[in-house]
Amino acid sequence: MKILSYPFDNSLILKKKRSIKKQLLSDNSTRIKKKIAVLGGSTTDEIVNILELFLLNYGIEPVFYQSEYAQYWQDAVFGNEELDSFNPDIIYIHTTSRNITEFNISMTASQSEIDDMLSKQYNHFKSAWTALKNKFKCPIIQNNFEMPFYRFLGNKDVSDYRGKTNFLNRLNNMFCSYSQDNDNFYINDINYISASYGLQKWSDPGSWYMYKYALCTAAIPELSFNIANIIKSIYGKNKKMLVLDLDNTLWGGVIGDNGQQGIDIGHETGLSEAYTEFQEYIKAHKQLGVLLAVDSKNDYENAIDGLNHPDTVLTPDDFVTIKANWNTKDLNIEEISNEVSILTDSFVFVDDNPAEREIVSAQIQGIAVPDIDSVESYIKALDRNGYFELTSYTTDDIKRNDMYQANIKRLKSEKSFANYDEYLKSLEMSALIDDFDPVYLSRIVQLTNKSNQFNLTTKRYTQTEMENVLYYNNYIRLYGKLTDKFGDNGVVSVVIGHKEYNNLHIDLWLMSCRVLKRNMEYAMLDTLVNKCLENNIDNIYGYYYKTAKNSMVKDLFLDFGFKLMSEDENGNRVFTFNINNYSPKNNVIKIYNNGGF
Amino acid sequence: MEKEVIMQRLIQIFKDVFDLDDVVLTPDTTADDIEEWDSLEHINLISAVESSFKMKFKMKEISTMKNVGEMISIIQERAKR
Repeated sequence: MKILSYPFDNSLILKKKRSIKKQLLSDNSTRIKKKIAVLGGSTTDEIVNILELFLLNYGIEPVFYQSEYAQYWQDAVFGNEELDSFNPDIIYIHTTSRNITEFNISMTASQSEIDDMLSKQYNHFKSAWTALKNKFKCPIIQNNFEMPFYRFLGNKDVSDYRGKTNFLNRLNNMFCSYSQDNDNFYINDINYISASYGLQKWSDPGSWYMYKYALCTAAIPELSFNIANIIKSIYGKNKKMLVLDLDNTLWGGVIGDNGQQGIDIGHETGLSEAYTEFQEYIKAHKQLGVLLAVDSKNDYENAIDGLNHPDTVLTPDDFVTIKANWNTKDLNIEEISNEVSILTDSFVFVDDNPAEREIVSAQIQGIAVPDIDSVESYIKALDRNGYFELTSYTTDDIKRNDMYQANIKRLKSEKSFANYDEYLKSLEMSALIDDFDPVYLSRIVQLTNKSNQFNLTTKRYTQTEMENVLYYNNYIRLYGKLTDKFGDNGVVSVVIGHKEYNNLHIDLWLMSCRVLKRNMEYAMLDTLVNKCLENNIDNIYGYYYKTAKNSMVKDLFLDFGFKLMSEDENGNRVFTFNINNYSPKNNVIKIYNNGGF
Repeated sequence: MEKEVIMQRLIQIFKDVFDLDDVVLTPDTTADDIEEWDSLEHINLISAVESSFKMKFKMKEISTMKNVGEMISIIQERAKR
């Protein structure tokens, strides 16, 4: 929804929150339900109201628990029945500099006395996190601290150990270290967003004295948006791809008119500097695993000419695909989506032309189309929208662009084979399929939370939940890595089932769409059946839970040879399969496990 | 700014903030007269009025303002648009 994307009008959101909520709830989209406990060190009511809007907009329907006023620590450390029975999926701790209890301004304090205050204050928070982690085993989002709105020691407040600014900076660093050492613990960086908003406006003391809000009410949407970005990222709702226009977007001027010499890129002028920095910003996204594509109204040769400019940062190799033609942009986007097998609602479309933006956002449901305005504000417009908010990172991410490019090469070589089996064999595929390996756990979690299309149950797992699956021997778990002559695809498939007597119930079966039609699903099934036989399982029960996105796998189990047992009015299906007398289905992928072939 | 002009703009703000199709305001209207006007929404009302008229209420005014009439007087004195 436009009103909820950056740059947004804070006061408009606050004023119209009721009608915005009504509108969001009436759009008939399907949303995942999540229970969010908000533990506050100050008033949180309006923060929660606005957070709800942003989450609804991201496809998450939240239910909230709010601690009684400023009871965050008591709730965390001593617990209470209401919170226990609420059993949150995610916990947000809203504390601020107003919750600093151990620090006192004292010009006679020694360094070690201040150090004591610091470690006391840190341990106060740490004890809350530890208690919550042990009890709920769910992701925790914790504010760091905004800087104080006055500086008792002036500029020395930051450098002198007795200064509060100095104290808060040190404490913030300790919070960051904890976050680095603990999965599932995320810092909500209010130190940054308060500075970005303007610290003097942010820490309006009047709101504190009167309403016990630790920030000015007008800034609440900024805060709530920031929290919502972390939450949607945890639940795999980040964008995956940047689709970019060329003329006046990646360089200044029109390549078709001005020629390679005539476009603004490089370091000669202020304008070309601006485009260069933007290209650098875009290129860096490849390291996050974000895919890049071009969608430009240009002759193909001209587009390539521009991307080969001597001063260009982005070159043709950086893009998984380049659509430079005279088709409408939305048509190109649909084609890109088919080529890379990623749904268009994971796309961000970047174009300087408001008319093109208008058409694309009207034609393509769910695509993000930021108002990028003028080149000096391009980076800000993209960055502040948090499309690619990073909550987990795996080494596969950095290779993703190459993998997709290899995929497009495969697509081309496919056309030269008479039959598909022959083509598959020519790929010289081998798959590592085995029980979960802790090394790959974060990739397994990431894939589980991101896959929408080839996903039978769309069950999501947090890191902690997945660790439980890993260490509990009632489960049969498989992950699959696929390699072929074009490259390594990394971990692309995950299957989890739990045992009941001689039956196995499939909790999760998913595969990355970048390995569709490679018979990888058969390789997984063959291995699963072998594992089941080792475990004296006779029957496998398969479940298909229908979502708006997973219709491609509704008949997967039938294709495997399972029998349909039941189907309810929502299209959810249960299947069963007797594995005695099973004959393997895959004959094109060489399967091995950690013990070898 | 005329009191009547301020009143008309306030009516629109009240409708937005409390999500009402219609609202009747008089100088004597208080929070007791509008069901949705609780302490939480009071904060939103104040900030909506402040941003609409580009002015700030002082803390003391917010805690002592008795009715819409008093609000209008303060706005009249200080509004920038």
